This record gives sequence, structure tokens and C-alpha cells, in this order.
Amino acid sequence: MSHVTASKVEPQESPAVAADNAPVLEARNLTIRYGNNAAIKDVSFAVPDRQITAIIGPSGCGKSTLIRHFNRMNDFVQGVTMDGQVLYHGIDLYAPHVDAVEVRRRIGMVFQKPNPFPKTVFRNVAWGPVINGFRGDLQKLVESSLRKAALWEEVKDRLNDSALALSGGQQQRLCIARALALQPEVVLMDEPASALDPVSTARIEDLLFELRQRYTIVIVTHNMQQAARVSDYTAFLESGKLVEFGETDQVFTRPKEKRTEDYVSGRFG
Amino acid sequence: MTALLAPSDNLRRRKRWASAFRTLCAALTWFCLVLLAVLLVHATREGLPWLDVQFLREFPSRFPERAGIKSALWGTLWLIGLTAVISIPVGVAGAIYLEEYAKRSRLNAIIDVSIANLAGVPSIVYGILGLAIFVRFLALGRSVLAGALTMSLLILPIIIISAREALRAVPNSIRGASYALGATQWLTIRHHVLPAALPGILTGTILALSRAIGETAPLIMIGALTYVAFTPTGPMDAFTALPIQIFNWVSRPQQEFHELAAAGIVVLLTILLLMNATAVIMRQRAQRNRS
Repeated sequence: MSHVTASKVEPQESPAVAADNAPVLEARNLTIRYGNNAAIKDVSFAVPDRQITAIIGPSGCGKSTLIRHFNRMNDFVQGVTMDGQVLYHGIDLYAPHVDAVEVRRRIGMVFQKPNPFPKTVFRNVAWGPVINGFRGDLQKLVESSLRKAALWEEVKDRLNDSALALSGGQQQRLCIARALALQPEVVLMDEPASALDPVSTARIEDLLFELRQRYTIVIVTHNMQQAARVSDYTAFLESGKLVEFGETDQVFTRPKEKRTEDYVSGRFG
Repeated sequence: MTALLAPSDNLRRRKRWASAFRTLCAALTWFCLVLLAVLLVHATREGLPWLDVQFLREFPSRFPERAGIKSALWGTLWLIGLTAVISIPVGVAGAIYLEEYAKRSRLNAIIDVSIANLAGVPSIVYGILGLAIFVRFLALGRSVLAGALTMSLLILPIIIISAREALRAVPNSIRGASYALGATQWLTIRHHVLPAALPGILTGTILALSRAIGETAPLIMIGALTYVAFTPTGPMDAFTALPIQIFNWVSRPQQEFHELAAAGIVVLLTILLLMNATAVIMRQRAQRNRS
């Protein structure tokens, strides 16, 4: 992994200008198959640095398959084959010399259903850094990660309680804190709020705005209002094909494709 | 009939069936329980007068009043201890390999079916296998080790099947969470999958060992002795076991020996009960640690 800089510069606080930034992640002519069944067909788009990119589309369009390909979580699914490339700072994530474990350390993931470990709150956040050889003040790291996930105030007196005792929304923010504790550059979120109530969802969305200053976020969502509210860029997938990709504002208000318009205006899906 | 919400004929008929089925299930359950209770009460009543410290501390004798089960008790403890040491690591490792590492393939499916079949093979067949391989070919003789290896073969399928069930019950979301944090497969199994599956694995393992403790046929096959006037001091020593001692006493004509056998049964059942109780306690403790 000599291509990737080992230590990252502290991210700037000001939102980056997307247009002239090199993409962090890029799908190039990406086709993903389950057996003979293509779930993603010839998809190409670039995820800009420190922006929120939403992937929307009807159920079964391949959103989750696509996002799981960005940190090689599809490696665990038997029978998945691919054509094309996924580039991370220009490096092919699926090149033979690339280690999938290292990829997942840098590209974090938050899942649809909150899945904290059945351990204490502290251990949930600390485990990832510990196994990855973190040397430093673990207490501090856990605190700052929980602060970034807007959870610290709620759990600071319950760090040694079981994470399963938290509410669903708190558990999901704990999962976000857990991902952030590894100091990833990219955080992938697969419908992170779909199992949560509206209040918890709003908290997650607020959190996304704050995280966007430091992290590149790719979020899969069912919820079009959510995509419109939180994202800077939107990719619209349908039946595994990328119908449209562009700035969220443009995709939702002046879509180039008729099908995008039908979808975002709620005519189907 | 015409009254609102009163049961119709059809509903009455369905309800009769429902209650008949319920009664049938209850009757069969109680039948088994009563049968078991009769056996227990009978064995206890016959054996209780013989059950004392001397019974546990004496070697077998041809004089019933001086006979004890010391050698059988120690033989059984040695046998189960060795069997546990051999079968648990092998069984759990096999289950982890099949469930976590091996890819789904035709070979894997064949292995699946074979293990399930092996669990149903009569224990005497394992005895013959043990005699051929451990006693003769590996020249372990009629030792505790040969017995434990044979018993391990016998219960390995049960351990593997129950451990696999326990591993399969661990939600995949936990594995995903671990991998997404840059964990290797080993770390994922070690820190998340195994702890979550531990209660189930423990239960299955102890139930399997409980089965081994009562097995007689394979031990007779490999030639465990019926009259042993010493306790094993190492894995290569000859031995006897509780079921063999019980079998031996039952086959004698004198009534006193039948009562000794009953006392031996009570001892065997007590050990079984202790093991199962341990399983329950360990499972509850492991579950409490995780909530």
C-alpha cells in the first residue's frame, strides 16, 4: 500500500471546493454480477472529496451492491464477479497487491441496521483502533470519536454499559463513532437511517452536515427527501444502470433524464 | 346459533380438535415423565441402602458388602476428562472451519451429510473402529487413552453439528461490522463470532459428553476390563467405567449385586445431572456477559 499516504494531514475545516478536487473514489465501467446476474451494469461516476454523495434508486436497483463494492465488503459474498474498476485516489481497489483489510480500514462503513457489538460503549469504539495497532490515548480517541458522532453528551456516563442498552438512534450514532475512530477518509453509509424514527433520523442528518467537512461520505438512501436535504451530489440508479449523476440541486430540480424526473417527483419507485 | 358472537357449529368442531390435540400432547409428555420417574424411584429405592462413602471408596469385590465403585468412578472421570480434552478442540475447530472458512461447494455438502450420518452410526461400530485403529494398529492397548479416542470419534459429529448451529446463529451483521473496521477473519472469529456462539457450543458439547458417559458398548468392544482393582494413574492405564461396572453387577445372579448396580446407576445419574447443571449455569453466565 505504498501508494497511499500513511498519515493524513489534518483535514481543513472549510468545505472543499468539489469541482477542482480530484475524486476520492471512482467507479469506472463497473459491472458487478451475482453468478450470471448483473446487479450493476457499466456504471461510471466519481465521488468528490469531502462532499456527500447520495445513491438513490428503487428497491433492488443495486444501490447496496454498489456501495459495498467501494470497500470490498462484497468479497464475502460468494459468486460475485466484476468488470471495470473502483479507484481510490487512482489506485484500483481490486488490484492484486491491494489488501482488502487495509481498504476497509481506510474506507469505513455504517450499515442499515445499527449493529453495535454486544460489548460496552467504550469497547465498541476502541476495538477497531486497538486491533489496528493504535498507539496513543485511547480514552481521548474514544471521546473525540463519540463527540464527532454527536453522542458523547448522552453516553459519557455510560461508557461501561452495554451498547445494546442504547436506543436505536444512539446505537446507529455509536456505529458512526466506531467507524470514525479509525480516522477513515471515506465513510460509506448504507441506508443509515432507514431503521430509525424521524427524530433519530433528523439527528443523523444533522450529523452528516458536520461530518462532511472532514470526511467524504457516500450514502445510499431510499428516502428522496433525505437525499435532497443532505447530499451535494446524487447518483440515480435504476435496474443496475446509472441513469443520472450530478449535483443534487440539478438532479432534483432540472434532471436531464425523463426517468430521473419521474422518480424524484414520486411518479414511481 | 343466532346469538351474536356465540360459537357456530363449525367453530365448536374446530375447538374440539384443538383441545383433543392438546390433551394428546400432554398425555404423551406425562407418560414419558412417569416412566422416567418410576425408573428413578426404583433405582434409588434399591440402591440407596448401599450408597455410602464406603461404596465410593472401595474397589469391586465378589463380596457384595465390600464391593465399591472406586475404580469405575475414577475410570469414568478419566475417560470423560480425556474425551473432553480430545473432542472439544477438534470438534470446535472443525465446526469453525466448515462454517466460517470453507466455501459452499459440493464437497462441503457431502461432508455435511456425512457428519449427520456419522451422528447416527451405532456406537458399537465406533467400538469396532476403535479396536482396530487405536487398540491394535496404534498399539494403545486397552488403555483409557484408547477409550477416550474412541469416545471422541463417537461424539465428534454431535459436537460439530451443535457448534455449527451455534456459529450459524451469530448474526452476519456482527461479522460485517467487524470486517468494516479492518479486522481480519481471525480477529472477527476470535473477538465476535466465538464469544457470541459460546453458550450454544458449551451446551452442545456438554450434552455430547453426557452421552459419552453412559456409553457401554464401544468400551466393551475395545476391551475395557470389568474387574479392575486400581485407579488409572495415567492415560495408558487399563480402566473400567461406571456403565461397565453396572452391567457387570446386573449380570450376576445375587440380589445384592443387583442392588449394587442400582446404587451405581444413582451415582452415574448424579454425575450426569451435575454435568447438565454445569451446562445450564455456564450458558447463563455466558449470556449474561453479553447483554
